[in-house]
Amino acid sequence: MAEYATRLEESIRAARQKKDLLLMTHIVLGYPDFDSSARVVEDMVEAGVDLMELQIPFSEPMADGPVILKANAEALKSGATVERSFEMAEWLTQRFDIPFLFMTYYNILFCQGIDKFVSRCQSIGIQGCIVPDLPPAEGQDYLDAMRAARLAPVHIFTPNSTPQRMQFLDQNSEGFIYSVARKGVTGKETSFTDDLADYLSTCRENTSLPLAVGFGVKSREDIEFLTGKADIAVIGSETIRVLETEGVEGVRPFIDALVA
Amino acid sequence: MRNSGYYSQFGGAFIPEILVSTFDELESAYLEARDDPSFWQEYVELMSTYSCRATPITRLDNLSDELGGANIYVKREDLNHTGAHKANNVMGQGLLTRRMGKKRVIAETGAGQHGVATATMAAKFGFDCTIYMGAHDVARQRPNVFWMEQMGATVVAVSDGSQTLKDAINEAFRDWVTNMDDTHYVLGTACGPHPFPEMVSWFQSIIGTEAREQMLERTGVLPKRVYACVGGGSNAMGLFSGFFDDDAVELIGVEAGGRGKGSGQHAARLAYDDATIGVAQGYKTFFLQNMDGQMQDTHSVSAGLDYVGVSPILSHLHETKRVRFEAATDEEVVAAMQRTVRREGLIPALESSHAFAQAFREAPEMSNEDNILINMSGRADKDIFTVADAVHDPKWREFIIDKAAAYRREMSNG
Repeated sequence: MAEYATRLEESIRAARQKKDLLLMTHIVLGYPDFDSSARVVEDMVEAGVDLMELQIPFSEPMADGPVILKANAEALKSGATVERSFEMAEWLTQRFDIPFLFMTYYNILFCQGIDKFVSRCQSIGIQGCIVPDLPPAEGQDYLDAMRAARLAPVHIFTPNSTPQRMQFLDQNSEGFIYSVARKGVTGKETSFTDDLADYLSTCRENTSLPLAVGFGVKSREDIEFLTGKADIAVIGSETIRVLETEGVEGVRPFIDALVA
Repeated sequence: MRNSGYYSQFGGAFIPEILVSTFDELESAYLEARDDPSFWQEYVELMSTYSCRATPITRLDNLSDELGGANIYVKREDLNHTGAHKANNVMGQGLLTRRMGKKRVIAETGAGQHGVATATMAAKFGFDCTIYMGAHDVARQRPNVFWMEQMGATVVAVSDGSQTLKDAINEAFRDWVTNMDDTHYVLGTACGPHPFPEMVSWFQSIIGTEAREQMLERTGVLPKRVYACVGGGSNAMGLFSGFFDDDAVELIGVEAGGRGKGSGQHAARLAYDDATIGVAQGYKTFFLQNMDGQMQDTHSVSAGLDYVGVSPILSHLHETKRVRFEAATDEEVVAAMQRTVRREGLIPALESSHAFAQAFREAPEMSNEDNILINMSGRADKDIFTVADAVHDPKWREFIIDKAAAYRREMSNG
């Protein structure tokens, strides 16, 4: 951990003073189109979502399951570009007073140029990035640029991570740690059991950053399970599934039911 | 910090966190096997009793005369069990899988050769096996799908993205991030995250080691030029690695020119100038991608060369100019194949025919004192449908129509 706290970490800590468990949601920019993305974000913020991951679509989303994979492909098919994603993100950060992060794959940063990508994030008010195919060993340029811009590089803990690995990831992270509740890709079933509780307490022991938990979180019961064990619950694929099956109108009732 | 597996700026291991320990385990197992001479002995023994190693080299007597110029020799990887060089890598990784105590293998496949080879290995070693194959490739390579299923493999048609090799690779990774505890991913080419490019090249190096000795024994000199087709690059890496230390031997990699330069419908990452450096599928190399880094659709008459990326080791050898890259178009490839079948009675796969096409182009300019060597990476039995269409064979068409009618009658008679 660095000797400074990022704006992201500070706002998470401030929000946690008022709430036991924060809610982070995930959308794919440009899915099903940019207007809908904007409306979904608006509904989510009004429903009380505390922070959001904005995924810049990529043609090869290796770590994502079928739901997000399809959303990436459809966003690209309907003309999503990195430039439009940046414009959209800027519009969102100006309009809504919650922290926004980018989630995307490394090639998107690499093709923009890492310094350029990071300084653009900084200038449009993006507070952190999650890049699931960029382990710290491959990402020194990215980590340096993020630190210099005082943005948060968020890394992932998994049930396969040893305590040593967790500490190493922690040293390279800011903002929060994203802990995946199970093996596999996004959007599959997770069982919320004692094993998960044990794993989360191992995560907790190996970072002092706020802890977010994602992969398979989708119900009020899941949220209750996580309260007291983590700082942030991440709803990823399930929001996109709701969007896919019920349209933009379905998102608000879904979030309302989770936080009620 | 672990940051190995680079060939100048290419390669690396851009893997999701969940696979970090799996790659650590794989790398250790691979390095231990490399350090253990009995492993390579066991591998060579297996390949000489189960496959057909050492595969011979054949001189193309008729075509050498007809084309004039260099004497043309062919390394016969088509004589491997399952009909392609893919067997080398797969049997090697099979031994490694057993060493790691895993019980299930998964693989991607484009043309289906790697899928068939993996299914074969799984049948022999008693592993469960799932093969991921782009839906587009499933449609054009039914004979290979048939054999995989006969051998007990589950073949999953991947209908995401362009429905070809890269999408099958993504899907295999998605399986692996869930099932890494008991499953080994038998990546089929010299691509992907470290240690795959190096490890696959190591298993395939058996081609080049044999070929160098055989050429010396047969002709008394090293070949002047060595040709191999390049999809992911494993057969090329295999053959070339026998000659890396021989500066006088020119190495030529032949990519899929598809419908030609400037058509936007090809898979030539290094020979044409459409590709740029990027990171996808876990490694850094030249990719056919747009300005944003989104992968583009590729095209080739041969399913096995139809891939957006290329071995990071070959990207490196392209930059250092140790390997010269050329492309052959679909049309040239089919012509080269027909010519080889007709004049020599050899049936090179459409993939391998790319190397033949380039060699036939260059041989006449060379002296008849010179020898050249082509890697016949596989045979074309699997391509029979594609080739029959490409050569517009009316009798084949009639046969299929009759066969379909017979099936239809059978089905309607219950």
